Amino acid sequence: MLIRRAGTIKPSEITSHDLFLRRREFLRGAGWAVAGAALAPTLACGAEGEARLPAPAAGADANPFRTDEAPTSLEDATRYNNFYEFGTDKSDPQRYTGNLRTRPWSVAITGEVAKPGTIDLDDLVRPHTAEERIYRLRCVEAWSMVIPWLGIPLGEIIKRFEPTSNARYVAFKTLLDPEQMPGQRSRALDWPYVEGLRIDEAMHPLTILATGMYGQELPNQNGAPLRLVVPWKYGFKSIKSIVEIRLTRSEPPTSWNRQAPREYGFFANVNPAVDHPRWSQKRERRIGEFKKRPTLPFNGYADQVAALYEGIDLRKHF
Amino acid sequence: MNPTRRNRSLQIFAMTAGALPAAWLIVLALTDDLGANPVERVTHVTGDWALRFLLLSLSVTPLRRLFGWRWVAPLRRTLGLTAFGYACSHFLTYLVLDHFFDWRLIVEDVLERRYVTAGFSAFLCLVPLAATSTRAMIRRLGRRWIPLHRLAYLAAALAVIHFLWLVKSDLREPLVYAAALTLLLGLRFGFWLARSRSRKLSPKEAKSQLSGV
Ligand code: HEM
Repeated sequence: MLIRRAGTIKPSEITSHDLFLRRREFLRGAGWAVAGAALAPTLACGAEGEARLPAPAAGADANPFRTDEAPTSLEDATRYNNFYEFGTDKSDPQRYTGNLRTRPWSVAITGEVAKPGTIDLDDLVRPHTAEERIYRLRCVEAWSMVIPWLGIPLGEIIKRFEPTSNARYVAFKTLLDPEQMPGQRSRALDWPYVEGLRIDEAMHPLTILATGMYGQELPNQNGAPLRLVVPWKYGFKSIKSIVEIRLTRSEPPTSWNRQAPREYGFFANVNPAVDHPRWSQKRERRIGEFKKRPTLPFNGYADQVAALYEGIDLRKHF
Repeated sequence: MNPTRRNRSLQIFAMTAGALPAAWLIVLALTDDLGANPVERVTHVTGDWALRFLLLSLSVTPLRRLFGWRWVAPLRRTLGLTAFGYACSHFLTYLVLDHFFDWRLIVEDVLERRYVTAGFSAFLCLVPLAATSTRAMIRRLGRRWIPLHRLAYLAAALAVIHFLWLVKSDLREPLVYAAALTLLLGLRFGFWLARSRSRKLSPKEAKSQLSGV
């Protein structure tokens, strides 16, 4: 498998330099304004917000596998994470993933497959070529990023294990080990974290298992060594540090749905028309930008995936 | 130290302490150190300190009664106004930085998202308290000032509920505040019990009862 060496891409190459400078300027400006007069920050923000307004929302990606939108800085993508296995604060994962051992790592492929088994991660990915996919990532908390992943289409991997005709869903499980994942010592969620997809969602070409990002191996806080990426669904579907992939006949339980069924559905497709009881989903804050931007149905991947849900009431099945 | 001097230095201390979190936020903003989501950071820091100072202001009276520390009394107003200052910054952050005066979304939030409803109600409770905190207003309201300012307890309860409702799954932090508020309310109730009982007793009995509290 192809993984470029760590450290070949500097954060400054990822965030456009111009944007980077303007952002710094804005924050410094806001700071001085607050220090000076109560009204000033309003003005500063207004000017900045306009300068950074996103390109027309309607414009679909020319290539859905690689959006043209500017990637989030590597710095932000690695210091602002929801990974409750390491703590519920966004900065916890960066701080507390030090004990996570990502090699050796094995993944169990079980359930409705002709060739089940437990396979070493390197053997799992070796037959494939990692592709770079630049995807939007939309968190259910109404913020978003653009991440250049390195990964393998999940469908290609699943096919190697020959799913039976009974395989209608794919269930995933994260590592359970409070020694390595100190957040699992608290009952913030019912560990281990589990997620699931319908088989057609799992086989969709946009769905990948990622092993890297920004041309490097996956940082621990981003779900090393192997994580799911489903760009048209809220981020919590993209389960991290996977140790088991099970093909099943019936819909598998999923962690956040079990935690709060009224708030988190099984599909969890990005949908500005269905608000979360806690957050309006109409808009989102792109990390690194100031003003919120409108959220797109299926996170902008409607042309590719809307057909999967034909005839389903997505207000009911959110 | 004579009482007035001690009073003044205590006030200066409280005001300085109250300004520190704000100063720290400004330093973070100036050095581009607010993290990946600056608006969220400012919202959280101002919300946290609004609640902390509110609870601190509510602990002044119990401290005075429990330990006979008469000198803490003037802190109540300073701490309460500091809480109000942070609540205003918190609300303004939401209004300006988070929603950029998008009134449609703001009204929708206040009406439909229960944690925002609770936070907004807490804020509404604090407004008349701040407005009647001047010496002139205290004099004008006379005896009515005290029942009005019990609203501070309601504001704190609503703020704690606001926090409990906004976290996704880890309730530990808001529960710490809930525990602190319960303790403060419990003390209040204790004082009230002691007083109503002492009213029924003869003055002499009451005196011995009170000294035991
Ligand atoms: C004026 C109406 C208010 C609005 C619109 C409001 C809004 C918010 C929002 C949007 C958040 C962040 C939620 C999140 O990150 O998911 C928040 C957090 C918070 N707010 Fe408020 N709030 C209001 C009033 C208050 C008041 C009066 C207090 C306290 C006296 C308060 C205390 C807090 C606290 C403690 C947090 C949590 C901070 C943390 O997570 O560390 N809020 N509020």
